[in-house]
Amino acid sequence: MTFLHLFIVNKSGGLIHHRPLSKHAPHIGTNDWLRIGSTFHSLHAIAAEASPVKSKHKNDGIEFIEAEGLILCCFQTRTGIKFVITAEPGTRNLQKVLREIYVSYADCTLKDPFYELEMPIRCELFTQAVDDIMRQYG
Amino acid sequence: MSRSTKETSILDRNILKQRSDQVSLSAFSYIYSELVQYHQSRVSNISELEEKLASAGYGVGFKVLELLAYRSRENKRETRIMSILQFISSIAWKALFGKAADSLERSIDHADEYMIFDYNPVTSIYVSAHQSAADAYISGVIAGILEGAGFTATVSAHAVQLEEGESRRSSIGLPVKKDKAVFLVKFSPQILERDTTLER
Repeated sequence: MTFLHLFIVNKSGGLIHHRPLSKHAPHIGTNDWLRIGSTFHSLHAIAAEASPVKSKHKNDGIEFIEAEGLILCCFQTRTGIKFVITAEPGTRNLQKVLREIYVSYADCTLKDPFYELEMPIRCELFTQAVDDIMRQYG
Repeated sequence: MSRSTKETSILDRNILKQRSDQVSLSAFSYIYSELVQYHQSRVSNISELEEKLASAGYGVGFKVLELLAYRSRENKRETRIMSILQFISSIAWKALFGKAADSLERSIDHADEYMIFDYNPVTSIYVSAHQSAADAYISGVIAGILEGAGFTATVSAHAVQLEEGESRRSSIGLPVKKDKAVFLVKFSPQILERDTTLER
């Protein structure tokens, strides 16, 4: 019923943000995170190619993974940035939370003149905004 | 070139009427962010960036002073330090940002320093680091207004932590900031002398 992790992958597959969303979230080392980011990016691209039906949105790729121990939801923007959130099975509102995180990203990172695009996100306002979203939904 | 039915160009509008046209905050933030990034690619350190942004705001200050002084229909111009600072923190701030500045204080340690406080200046609403650098534009505007009114001063922007009791004005949808912006106005000694002479 709780959210576990959030990670954001840029257009070229590099991980630009990762964070735990609750105390239950298992700890993942930095190298593992980088591996997860690039693996997910490749799987996403392969899924888009392997799909028998081409969707109209052009945002083909993995949207939802449901496993025994976790559920994973991915939202890809038109610019190729992928917001991925993991949670314990049974958690609801994943899509909604991802959209709100996207809005906070557009506000706190894209409007910050000192943030370089596609680079790791170091904006405190973004971290705070995600905290607020978690407080609201977690 | 004005049409008889509806005024189309900005030059045809009545200068006395204060139109409160609303501009989207996102549009302003993106344009301002682009201005900051433009200068950042042409400077080598952050103080140069602040100088460039301040000079961008300087011209705005001159013009804002002229326009607001004309609109207010006052026959006398401000000659005292407190009155020009009050003009800036209430009338100019309201015209530029939609609300008066949060407070105006005189520094206790230095007699020539005054401070204008703003909890969330529009230039740094979404800025996480180097907030005072982004606010350098507003320092430039203040400096322009003061120079145009005949007061030589150096204005700098700083970020100070909010004290315990102060309410963080968190409008819905805007990020909550931990710091408030202070615009430090330091007048030159001749201006202070002139002000004390006028007091008598």
